[in-house]
Amino acid sequence: MLIWDLFKMALRSLIANKLRTFLTTLGIIIGVASVISMIAIGEGAKKSTLSTISKFGTNIISVKPGRKKKRHVSGDRVVTLTLKDARAIESGVPLITGVAAQVYKSAQLKYSSKNTNTTVRGADEDYSRLANFTIDRGRFFNSDEIITSRQVVVLGATVVKNLFGESIDNPVGETLKVDGKNYLIIGVMEAKGALSWYDPDDQVFIPVTTAQKRLFGMDHVQSIDVQAAKIEDLEAIKEDIDRLLRLRHNIREGEDSDFHVQNSAQWLNSWGDAAKTFTYLLGGVAAISLMVGGIGIMNIMLVSVTERTREIGIRKAIGAKKREIMEQFLIESVLMSFLGGGIGIGLGLVIAKTVSKMGGWDTVVSLESILLAFGFSVGIGIFFGYYPANKAANMNPIDALRYE
Amino acid sequence: MIDVLNLCKTYQLGNVEVSALKNATFSFARGDFVAIMGPSGSGKSTLMNLLGCLDLPTSGTYRLEGHDIQDLKPDQLAVVRNKRIGFVFQNFNLLPRASALENIELPLLYGRVPDASRKAMSALDRVGLAERARHNPAELSGGERQRVAIARAIVNQPSLILADEPTGNLDSKTGEEIMNIFTQLNRDGVMVLLVTHEKEIAQYARHILLMRDGRIIKNAVIAEMTS
Repeated sequence: MLIWDLFKMALRSLIANKLRTFLTTLGIIIGVASVISMIAIGEGAKKSTLSTISKFGTNIISVKPGRKKKRHVSGDRVVTLTLKDARAIESGVPLITGVAAQVYKSAQLKYSSKNTNTTVRGADEDYSRLANFTIDRGRFFNSDEIITSRQVVVLGATVVKNLFGESIDNPVGETLKVDGKNYLIIGVMEAKGALSWYDPDDQVFIPVTTAQKRLFGMDHVQSIDVQAAKIEDLEAIKEDIDRLLRLRHNIREGEDSDFHVQNSAQWLNSWGDAAKTFTYLLGGVAAISLMVGGIGIMNIMLVSVTERTREIGIRKAIGAKKREIMEQFLIESVLMSFLGGGIGIGLGLVIAKTVSKMGGWDTVVSLESILLAFGFSVGIGIFFGYYPANKAANMNPIDALRYE
Repeated sequence: MIDVLNLCKTYQLGNVEVSALKNATFSFARGDFVAIMGPSGSGKSTLMNLLGCLDLPTSGTYRLEGHDIQDLKPDQLAVVRNKRIGFVFQNFNLLPRASALENIELPLLYGRVPDASRKAMSALDRVGLAERARHNPAELSGGERQRVAIARAIVNQPSLILADEPTGNLDSKTGEEIMNIFTQLNRDGVMVLLVTHEKEIAQYARHILLMRDGRIIKNAVIAEMTS
């Protein structure tokens, strides 16, 4: 018997019991629809979070000082990184496109009668590019100003708002006081937009040397940001930095480093872990609902096999083999779950669309989730259709023919 | 064509063994017309099931056209039923959701015979129902349904037709029409094996097997019986 004839027969029997078919597939429909819509919403949330994170650069490696352990006693001061380390990385590590050493501290800013407390970040000239800052007005400081430790400052957008409000249209060229010393405003940053836990616009930038010598009185740096040319090179660069700094700091093999090398990809990883948990949870819900749907299909197929015992007998009498009876009923159950999967995907798409429209949420429907849902529902049809189909195939033709 | 030797069938009903058929032995040649008669419980149906390859004997041998049936596996039996045997039942046993033509096509589809719908149509024509091809069984009269069933039985050109009380659900005039079709098929060389309890129907046959309590008590030519 050709598969097409079996398909036609299965379709006919499903159509003959429209309501029953619909109710049976409902379990699969609901399961698949919830999976598709939840994944779409979850992926949307993930995408918007990732785009927020990547505003701050995903190809940045950051080197932080660490406590040096000496004979199991922790050293007390975290002063292991210097500007010279940054210069050494800049000249000694390949595949990088920028290095920015930083020091930062909270300081008091004063302009005429207004005060504000904000973070003062002493940085290299590469910093604005590495941190994805865009200059709104004026300019960022250059290497000359760093070498000569000039007292110039670039303001973040929030600081401008707090300090000047509407009073001054363009603060570039004005002078303000940082911890009582005069600084010339040479630039203003474009706003990046605040995150819930952190406002990158609430800080000001001064040359790193100025910050070290004139403001904070320190000769170490608190962070060295290194930008990789390509994200794929991140790991190699991290290893190079590690090797270089261990050499410079005279750290012998087996000893702990007195610094840490991290990058924002690690950050993404921890976010990814959270997303994974969420996905597993969804997967669990989906598996249960598909399972329930599958049991519904099995139940109805068993009823159908019993109802059609005589038909099975007739088919066997005129020459149907075991396999052909089996295929007939399997095709029926797979068709049902396939149908449920199809309708469920449609419904899921509609739900995802509605949510993104009403909630202002982004939703992303991936082809993978659709294929997965389809594959799963067909698998359910085969798995739960097997037992009834097998029962039909193994019927004794005489008993089946005699069945009333 | 049919050679049966010491054929026995025993059923297990709980702890009790029931001998439904005891030592049946007979032979019939190709193209014969045989009526099996006997009271209910005499073993007619059991014999019919064995001859129709729907069931296997407990012991003994059954040869159909030289093939030993008792050694076959279920799927091999299915092939024998499909190619060599046509069934006609008392209650027609047509698929209700398929048209007359589709019912007749079914043995061809299972037998993977090409050109099914043309062959089914010509079988339907042989029983004089060509114009009813698209009707479902529910739209046909009892006699028409039985004719569709006969068309289904002959569509694969079997050498043996097994008819189990084919006129039992029909009025006598329609029954006569059906028996005339069987007679015609028999004349065309098909062996017909008929189970009936009506003497008038048995008259159409050439041979008669009389059964009682699982045994064949008489195997005779019809002419001898009436004389």
